Amino acid sequence: MIEALQCTVNGRAVEVGIDPRESLADVLRERLGLTSVKKGCEVGECGACTVLVDGVAIDSCIYLGVWAQGKRILTVEGLQTESGELSPIQRAFVEEAAVQCGFCTPGIIMSAVEIVGSGRQYTRDELRRLISGHLCRCTGYQNILNAVERAVNEAHKFVGGAE
Amino acid sequence: MYDIASIYQARSVADAIRALQADPSALVIAGGTDVLIKVREGKLAGCSLVSIHGLGEELSGVTQASGGDIEIGPLTTFRGVAFDPVIRRCIPVLGEAVDQAGGPQLRAAGTIGGNVCNGITSADSASTLMALGAVLRVRSPRGEREVPIAQWYKGVGKVDLAHEELLVKIVIPRANCEGYTGHYIKYAMRSAMDIATLGVSCLVKLSADKRTVEEARLAFGVAGPVPMRACGAEAAVRGLPIGEAVGRIGRAALEDVHPRSSWRASKEFRLQLVEELSGRALREAARKGGAQI
Repeated sequence: MIEALQCTVNGRAVEVGIDPRESLADVLRERLGLTSVKKGCEVGECGACTVLVDGVAIDSCIYLGVWAQGKRILTVEGLQTESGELSPIQRAFVEEAAVQCGFCTPGIIMSAVEIVGSGRQYTRDELRRLISGHLCRCTGYQNILNAVERAVNEAHKFVGGAE
Repeated sequence: MYDIASIYQARSVADAIRALQADPSALVIAGGTDVLIKVREGKLAGCSLVSIHGLGEELSGVTQASGGDIEIGPLTTFRGVAFDPVIRRCIPVLGEAVDQAGGPQLRAAGTIGGNVCNGITSADSASTLMALGAVLRVRSPRGEREVPIAQWYKGVGKVDLAHEELLVKIVIPRANCEGYTGHYIKYAMRSAMDIATLGVSCLVKLSADKRTVEEARLAFGVAGPVPMRACGAEAAVRGLPIGEAVGRIGRAALEDVHPRSSWRASKEFRLQLVEELSGRALREAARKGGAQI
């Protein structure tokens, strides 16, 4: 059985036929070709499938596609600038060498988008906690944390830390 | 793709109850963070689901009723509870407790109602809701009834909720939270994305001079097959100076609990945690209440 899902994906209105048994991760990957959304554990533990739904980071592997009706979805594919360049958050990951095998990267970047978008500055411990829903099997956490911190600071011109 | 036989998306609470009546084998799915994982593991493979995910307007949000009781919609996510202004002002301990479940993405999806209805002893909200003496309002085709949380848990994963009933409100009576401060300690092997080895929540009401325990409420997760209050320990410290109460509450609590060994931890270790963490939770709760200790 196929149902019509209407939602906004990466800023564009989308109408797509989905099977109601599909997770949002299935829909994004298989129906819409958005393969930045990784399927890792598929039980909501590793965070590789993290996307933003109405601005909030969730694990799309344990979120049914039918629940996305009318919602705004954002994946890494929606981050690039109009000229096709990487977003400042993606650039921070490159600059800080925060990418090893790369499997966890899209999910963490989406959490970073939510963190940066909150408009707040955070201590390193707070950032650690905010990305605790992601597992990096290369264990490159220090550089990932550096990248998230850099993205937050650059976005808010807090270079050099809080006064 | 999930191994689900059917999924019905309810349009209202009444519609959900109707759908449950129509299908005696259907299960309720809310945030999905438990149900979908059980489907994936095969435990619930082939099930039919009634989704209440879209009923946020009816079932989500926190309000303070005119009498001062705090009413939590069961579809409020952990994140929604943790950041809610009413929770932060009136019962911050509950916000702190649910903020320790899973990780950020899970807390943005999992609901406090699901945490209560799945009947799991390790649920991060359970011990605090026990200590707060929450009242659970459930609706069925025959109307509504209220169940004190002390009578809610019937066994491992079993609660006093019939097939055609839906939890519609979690009520914290004003008398159970006003004047109390609380502290929740989750002991787990990891500091995120882990299930509690033991959870302890302590609420305390201090005397006016902040030196004596007027009332204490102590509750545990994973200290038995279901979440439990430690009424013996509460009685043992009533009226004591705070320092003495902190020293005594843990030993007294050992008489109330009956933890088991599991792959996560032995019974002996859990008993040690009960003894040690009860005192720590009481001390922190008293500090938050203004005690110099």
